[in-house]
Amino acid sequence: MSTAESATSTATRRTPGLVPVTETMRTTERTEEPATDHPAAGPSGPSAPSGRRSAARATWAFWRLLGSELGLTFRRPRNLVMLAVLAAVPVVIGVTLRLVGGSDDGMGGIIQAVAGNSLMLTFVSFSFLVLLLMPVAISVVAGDSIAGEAGGGTLRYLLAAPAGRTRLLAVKYLNAVVYAYAVTAVVALSALLTGLVLFPAGPVTLLSGTTIPVLDGLVRIAITVGYVGAGMAALAAIALALSTFTEVSIGAIAGTMVLVIVCQVLRAIPELGSITPYLLPTKFTNFDAVLRSPIDTGALADGLLTFGAYILLFGTIAWARFSGKDITS
Amino acid sequence: MTAVMQEAGAPFGAAPPSGDAIVTEGLTKRFRGGQVAVDALDLAVPRGSVFGFLGPNGSGKTTTIRMLLGLVAPTAGEYAVLGLPQAEALPKVGALVEGPAFYPYLSGTANLMRFDAADPYAVRGTVRRRVEEALERVGLSAAAGKRYRNYSLGMRQRLAIAAALLGPRELLILDEPTNGLDPQGTREVRALVKEIAADGTTVFVSSHLLAEVEQMCTHAAIMRAGRLVAQGTIASLNGGLVTRIRVETPDEPGAARVLGSLGLAEVRIEGGQVLAELGGHAPEQINAALVGEGVAVRGLAVVRPSLEDVFVGLTGEGFDVDG
Repeated sequence: MSTAESATSTATRRTPGLVPVTETMRTTERTEEPATDHPAAGPSGPSAPSGRRSAARATWAFWRLLGSELGLTFRRPRNLVMLAVLAAVPVVIGVTLRLVGGSDDGMGGIIQAVAGNSLMLTFVSFSFLVLLLMPVAISVVAGDSIAGEAGGGTLRYLLAAPAGRTRLLAVKYLNAVVYAYAVTAVVALSALLTGLVLFPAGPVTLLSGTTIPVLDGLVRIAITVGYVGAGMAALAAIALALSTFTEVSIGAIAGTMVLVIVCQVLRAIPELGSITPYLLPTKFTNFDAVLRSPIDTGALADGLLTFGAYILLFGTIAWARFSGKDITS
Repeated sequence: MTAVMQEAGAPFGAAPPSGDAIVTEGLTKRFRGGQVAVDALDLAVPRGSVFGFLGPNGSGKTTTIRMLLGLVAPTAGEYAVLGLPQAEALPKVGALVEGPAFYPYLSGTANLMRFDAADPYAVRGTVRRRVEEALERVGLSAAAGKRYRNYSLGMRQRLAIAAALLGPRELLILDEPTNGLDPQGTREVRALVKEIAADGTTVFVSSHLLAEVEQMCTHAAIMRAGRLVAQGTIASLNGGLVTRIRVETPDEPGAARVLGSLGLAEVRIEGGQVLAELGGHAPEQINAALVGEGVAVRGLAVVRPSLEDVFVGLTGEGFDVDG
């Protein structure tokens, strides 16, 4: 309290309580300031709890906002349709392979592998989906996250609530990550069920030729889901960053997809082999490391590090842009 | 020009609860294109007032409100809302900014729940009751379950006001609250504002409709092209201009003579009417004097200067000129 008095007495021309411009944007984030010297917080207003109660309240409020966000995401028909489409793809692949494999004219590796074991369909499905269709779904949700609110005008009301810029961005990103894992899990589950119905269950033969028991196979599928989900979370960070630059969500979504496709094209050019390892989609397919014996943890760790770097980089870009942006929509 | 404090970490909130609800000092916003939307604004909104923030379209009202809510960063100057740091002030502020904006695929209730979830101070346990009360207050209870997409313009505006009333508020910032409302809705909003103000809540209403503000506000500030033209109580704003009396009569010279003999200044005749400055005279005594002198009175009215007259007097132009 004494510091407050000395501050106001030294700054003579200053009206008490005025917030310096440089402070205003950032102080919005400081929701947990112990507010013991704010008698203005009367019984009608939000009380000014201090210390741990304030921190607990902030934590609950964060989960509440995330819950609201997840509720919106998972009730929105568009997002559910994308999940349904992605769930249908492994079924289509499974049925096709079953029909082709049934003709038994000595087809190549993939079909034999799948026809030989139900669990293999999961890996085949991921290698089909991970480079295009799954990124589309993740881009739509993450690219829409900030831009969609800005375009609809709801962003100004969320921030005036006040949601807090960093807090809102964190909630939006976590929401996109949950959706990314939901997409990944749905694909894996659909592929697993389809595989069990259409193909014989039993020990899995890996790429390296060794055979592992079913339980071990399931563990490897779980690892794949974890890895692919992390890759999609990295992609979500890019889409989120783009989303903070526009009020048109389709722009952020298309921008992310263009990036993904450009990366695929670059990977296809042999002369550019030196940059390929740094492109995000290159690491998406690293999940086949779980099909080695033993699991190629080096390749997985390499991919996860890349994902982490992308999340850090684009998360920072998103934060830097969003925390200082004038909201004029 | 930039009056940025050095002791940035110093605790704020030294302002007593009786201080101003909104203070700005030299608040300026220059957009990237170089256009100055708000130019060195010094605003003081007393607690408990109903403050009309007036100006033609494009005069910087909404930009000012966006700065107060932390949506737009000022280029220069300082401001304080409720004398608190922004994160602590905003939960006590209900706001309607530049028209309603909601999720079209959600119902009115679900929309309000969504914005309540964004407020870190809102109590989850009471949200149902608070949402119901807010909807009740703006007369939307019957449409609570309807999707926002199917709301009429007036219903959307009401829902936005309901969102501003979700929690206990010390300050309500309403940007053009009667936009899109029919006359009945406008009257209801006016009554609602008075009711809210009666509870001690400060209400800051922006409008380009001067007459509307005059009817519900205790204080007003007038903006023109980003600059503050005048501010104060409605009475003090009108103070510079005189109140006149207008007598409708077939006997104009007779009425003018009586008014002159009563000591009224600036008596003049305008086709069937006699006008004079009222001064400290009571209209009913003037009427009695006129009748006593045998002057036929068809109508008698006290003409108070409107804010529009104030604006024209201060700027020399009509109010509806865009900045």
